[in-house]
Amino acid sequence: MKQNTDEWTTVIRPKAGWFDIDLKDIWHYRDLIVMFLKRNFNSAYKQTILGPLWFLINPLLSSSMYTIVFGQIAKISTDGVPQFLFYLCGNTAWGYFSSCLSSTASTFTGNAYLFGKVYFPRLVSPITTVIYALLSFSIQMLVLVVSMVIFAVRGEPVHPNWSLLLLPVMIAQMALMGMGFGIIVSSVTTKYRDLSILVGFGLHLWMYGTPVVYPISQVQSIAPGLVKLIWLNPVAPIINNFRYALLGCGSFNTYYWLISWGVTAVVLFLGVLIFSKVERTFMDTV
Amino acid sequence: MNPGINLRDPSKGNEVVIEIDNVKKQYRLGTIGGGTLKGDLQSWWARVRGKEDPNTKIGSKVYAKNEKFMALNGVSFSVRKGETIGLIGGNGAGKSTLLKLLSRVTAPTEGEIRIRGKVSSMLEVGTGFHPELTGRENVYLNGAILGMKRAEVDERIEDIIDFSECRQFIDTPVKRYSSGMFVKLAFSVAAHLNSDIMLMDEVLAVGDMAFQRKCIDKMVSVARDEGKTIIYVSHNMQTIRQLCNRAIVLRKGEVIFNGDVEEGIGIYLRNDEVTAKIFNDFSGLHRYNFLTDKVLMDSLEVLDKDMCRFTDDEKIRFRLNMHCNEDVERLSLRFMIHNSDQVVTATSVCSDFMSCKKGESYSRVFELDVSPLASGVYKVLPVLFELGELGEVIDCDGVYPGLVFEHEKTTRLDWKSKLYGDTTLEDMVCIE
Repeated sequence: MKQNTDEWTTVIRPKAGWFDIDLKDIWHYRDLIVMFLKRNFNSAYKQTILGPLWFLINPLLSSSMYTIVFGQIAKISTDGVPQFLFYLCGNTAWGYFSSCLSSTASTFTGNAYLFGKVYFPRLVSPITTVIYALLSFSIQMLVLVVSMVIFAVRGEPVHPNWSLLLLPVMIAQMALMGMGFGIIVSSVTTKYRDLSILVGFGLHLWMYGTPVVYPISQVQSIAPGLVKLIWLNPVAPIINNFRYALLGCGSFNTYYWLISWGVTAVVLFLGVLIFSKVERTFMDTV
Repeated sequence: MNPGINLRDPSKGNEVVIEIDNVKKQYRLGTIGGGTLKGDLQSWWARVRGKEDPNTKIGSKVYAKNEKFMALNGVSFSVRKGETIGLIGGNGAGKSTLLKLLSRVTAPTEGEIRIRGKVSSMLEVGTGFHPELTGRENVYLNGAILGMKRAEVDERIEDIIDFSECRQFIDTPVKRYSSGMFVKLAFSVAAHLNSDIMLMDEVLAVGDMAFQRKCIDKMVSVARDEGKTIIYVSHNMQTIRQLCNRAIVLRKGEVIFNGDVEEGIGIYLRNDEVTAKIFNDFSGLHRYNFLTDKVLMDSLEVLDKDMCRFTDDEKIRFRLNMHCNEDVERLSLRFMIHNSDQVVTATSVCSDFMSCKKGESYSRVFELDVSPLASGVYKVLPVLFELGELGEVIDCDGVYPGLVFEHEKTTRLDWKSKLYGDTTLEDMVCIE
């Protein structure tokens, strides 16, 4: 029986091609992304008093904490920028990356029930998560900007500059890289649940390997051998440049940033590859 | 058997929209779900050293790596546009697995499925409904999950709300809905999908009886008037009859019948070993504790028939074999007939048919007229009981289902059991 395969809308085969993701399909389901975002928002804050205000309290509290612990007690330099702003800025950026990673990491296990009942392009879920994380990120950005204005009015050194224009690129990169790592983890956790425990712990360690609570210049002066290693951490250049753009501290690093983009591309490609392989049959093993 | 619905088969000659080509689905037994990294590393390390795998249960072959189970074993058939297919078979026959493959929830192990048109699957009502959201928000969410665009839901939202009979509560969070309202709303969304092919797993049996009837009518009109293709899985033969114009019977992962609905149902009932058997052996079956066990039934055999299917003019003749553990006076038999919803519909009693002596075995033949029953499949709970001096009943033994049979009632109208009930009384007479 010879059939012209072009006539068929869908052909379901045991094994998919190597890179078999249908971006058009995801685009077709864009309304679903919007609905999921609404659902997440409504369900998260429907029975809380402060609602999305919680997004504010979290970074303010942890930045104050960092200011006391790292700034006042440990006396780590902040490149001449007000300590609170320095930590708030790093925290905001790192917070977005880590929430992208940790929340996409449970894509399969968290949605197993839904995925087992109905088909839609599975990538819709991590994409939704990453966009949803933008909400808390933008509220935190607002806090950051307000704080910057307050500090600037008081005559503290705050120097936003033209590299601000690159901010959207950095944010997109954090989203893509966070999602890339996240979906790799989620694909592996369908078989090995151990990894999901590792995520929280790993992210914690990763943060200390990233210039969030210290500037690169501090590493340079204390352990120059480590500088290169830290730069090779793909999140490091983003955080560094992010902070430079907003506060004008340290310097903008293009070289390592490009490497970081390379890493992002590879991780994302690999992630989507593994993800689309796992999504076809994960229901049988999860 | 439903002249009102199945007379026309408009699908003849239409294009093929689904082609299933030798599809197999294999599941691995035992090892599934045992996935911790430590366990796998241990097993691997043991293999490397040539030692016994510490994660294999001692003496159990069940956990062997190669233990496989074929949920579907070479299924092939094709479906034309506008057809309504009833997929029937016992538990574990592979019906739901096949629907999962068709809806792309999981992938086949072998074979190929070709589909023309948009598929939406309802393996359950209300997938993805969120309790915190209002009815209206959930309609949009569920519609989007099932593949509709926002604009498409906008177009249909009024119809959906009307159909669901929930207009009054549509802006209330669904967590405050009764379960009936919830499924009504959920089904309404699915009934208004714009897809070409609909896969449904026992979802029509929702809500009250009137609503169930409405659902089936809706699906019939969707298939007949809008030319949509439906594949429906159910254990309820009545719904299959009402909705489907072709039956596919699965057993142990293989298609054993593909064709006429009535014939398919017959084959399913005959083949389903647990249910419609001529000879029903009761020895060794677990009995409830409240029974006295004074007399035990050994077997129940239907006589003069090769399948348990009875028309109006046929009576059920059966032989009951039993043995007596204690003397019983006034031994009686009660036949409690249950419908497909496991509800007692009618009961027939044969009181005081004999007395029995301890240690003896007996064999008796009974005859039962079931003609007042509407068409359908019935399960019988036969109970042997002792009729006391004052008419009190002491149950000795009962087995459910002791007998499964199908009754075919010819009525002048299309008897809707879900609405009219399972008993057809004698026709009324107009006397004046």
